[in-house]
Amino acid sequence: MKRAIGLAAIAAMTVSAALAETVAPTNVTLADGVIEASLTGQPGDPVEGRKVFANRKQGNCLACHVNSDLSEEIFHGEVGPPIDGVADRWSAGELRAIVTNSKMVFEGTIMPAFYIDSGYERPLEDFAGKSILSAQQVEDVVAYLMTLKEE
Amino acid sequence: MNLKLWISLAVGSLSTAAIAQDSNELVIDGETLVTETAAPAHLEDFDTIYSGWRFRSRETQALETDDFDNPAFVFVDQGLDLWEEVDGSAGKACASCHEDVEDFAGLRTQLPRVQDGELVAMEDLVNGCRTERMGAEPWKWSGGNMTAMTALIGLQSRGMPVGVKIDGEAAPFWEKGKELYYTRVGQLDMACSNCHENNYGVMIRADHLSQGQINGFPTYRLKNAKLNSIHARFKGCMKNIRAEPFKEGGDEFKALELYLASRGQGLSVETPSVRN
Ligand code: HEC
Ligand code: HEC
Ligand code: HEC
Repeated sequence: MKRAIGLAAIAAMTVSAALAETVAPTNVTLADGVIEASLTGQPGDPVEGRKVFANRKQGNCLACHVNSDLSEEIFHGEVGPPIDGVADRWSAGELRAIVTNSKMVFEGTIMPAFYIDSGYERPLEDFAGKSILSAQQVEDVVAYLMTLKEE
Repeated sequence: MNLKLWISLAVGSLSTAAIAQDSNELVIDGETLVTETAAPAHLEDFDTIYSGWRFRSRETQALETDDFDNPAFVFVDQGLDLWEEVDGSAGKACASCHEDVEDFAGLRTQLPRVQDGELVAMEDLVNGCRTERMGAEPWKWSGGNMTAMTALIGLQSRGMPVGVKIDGEAAPFWEKGKELYYTRVGQLDMACSNCHENNYGVMIRADHLSQGQINGFPTYRLKNAKLNSIHARFKGCMKNIRAEPFKEGGDEFKALELYLASRGQGLSVETPSVRN
């Protein structure tokens, strides 16, 4: 009983420590197309990231990118380049920057910025002041992208 | 290893589905419609414009080629009933004053247009007669009665080339519509142009992106099995990018409608078209 409480307390502490380290969208520093540090201070989970990539209400990255690793999904969009082998082309810091705010990396791109919570016009009320993905989801996606190697 | 090979083959076949508009011809009742023509001079970024019909699947395309197969005609028939139906305090029907709905041939090609300094769409004209001449309630902009009537009236222009006026009094409205077309909105921060100008012809998940032309409206969509107004479609596209839509029948959507119509100058009116 005592021990269980102790564990719960430790778990609570870790969670709050993680929260404290989460960088808010407006505080992200994106320099030369790179964000070096994790947005949460924690490593991402590639298994979750794979889900976020496909989920239409989350990343919906599949709307625009063909991805061989998700061949169980029927429809892959073609608006952006195929994502296969993306970890051979970009570092984790670069991928974090691309997902966080693609517009700072590819000028005028159609790709949405997934971790900004202002700077867009006329959002539907439910989405106003929010980013498309949470910091943890961005980290999960980045961790997943890092598994996509061909070489 | 084997599994990996299988996967890349599967995806390979997916991506070969990447075809732009097809080369099919739209023939309805022996008449060939213009689904492809030179872009109007004001469009700087492309040479050729295409009807949305050219981006749909064979099966969806086929539904539009025969009025007996075209599910929109159920609603056109409802429009014919409404045409005869007395409504409002003046005790009149459309047919009381307008001899024949065929007299509206050509009207669809010119709308929206400026009248007494205001930009008016077909829905405004219909509701103008209802409220001012019939003493009846206006119909909802995208409601069933309205789309049935705009389909019936639009059908009278089927096969005629879109030819809206964009200069003179129309110019400021057109400019406003153009600005809206290129303005990014919503949490996804996209403009109409991002999808319908820069990326038409490619797949966006399960959808084959067209140029977003409005020559076929109101359009019957397999997705919701009814007629959809132009403004309802605009609203849908805005919601998809998580943007607060403008009001149906409001100034912004009417200006956008004029601008989009002008991007389709020369395409045949296809009303009522079929889309997915
Ligand atoms: C609406 C379309 C769209 C969506 C949605 C989208 N992207 Fe992109 N993405 C693009 C385009 C277009 C490019 C190419 C950059 C440009 O605009 O020139 C790109 C580029 C990239 C690149 C660089 C690829 C390379 O090899 O150079 C990565 C990585 C990427 N996207 C990841 C993602 C992830 C992860 C998501 C979802 C969380 C996502 N994208 C969602 C359109 C999109
Ligand atoms: C009491 C008479 C009356 C009734 C009833 C009536 N209209 Fe009209 N309508 C007119 C008149 C008059 C005009 C203006 C004609 C003109 O400007 O040439 C007009 C104009 C129009 C126009 C614009 C035509 C053009 O070429 O500019 C449309 C569309 C229209 N009516 C549709 C309808 C519909 C649909 C109904 C029934 C729901 C209806 N009208 C009922 C008298 C009537
Ligand atoms: C994220 C991509 C995207 C954006 C941004 C977008 N649309 Fe669309 N739109 C689509 C898709 C997908 C379809 C259905 C397939 C097609 O016809 O292109 C569609 C269809 C349409 C159609 C119907 C075409 C037909 O032949 O029936 C019109 C009209 C249209 N869009 C107008 C607009 C306008 C106006 C805007 C800006 C307010 C806009 N769209 C923004 C994706 C988009």
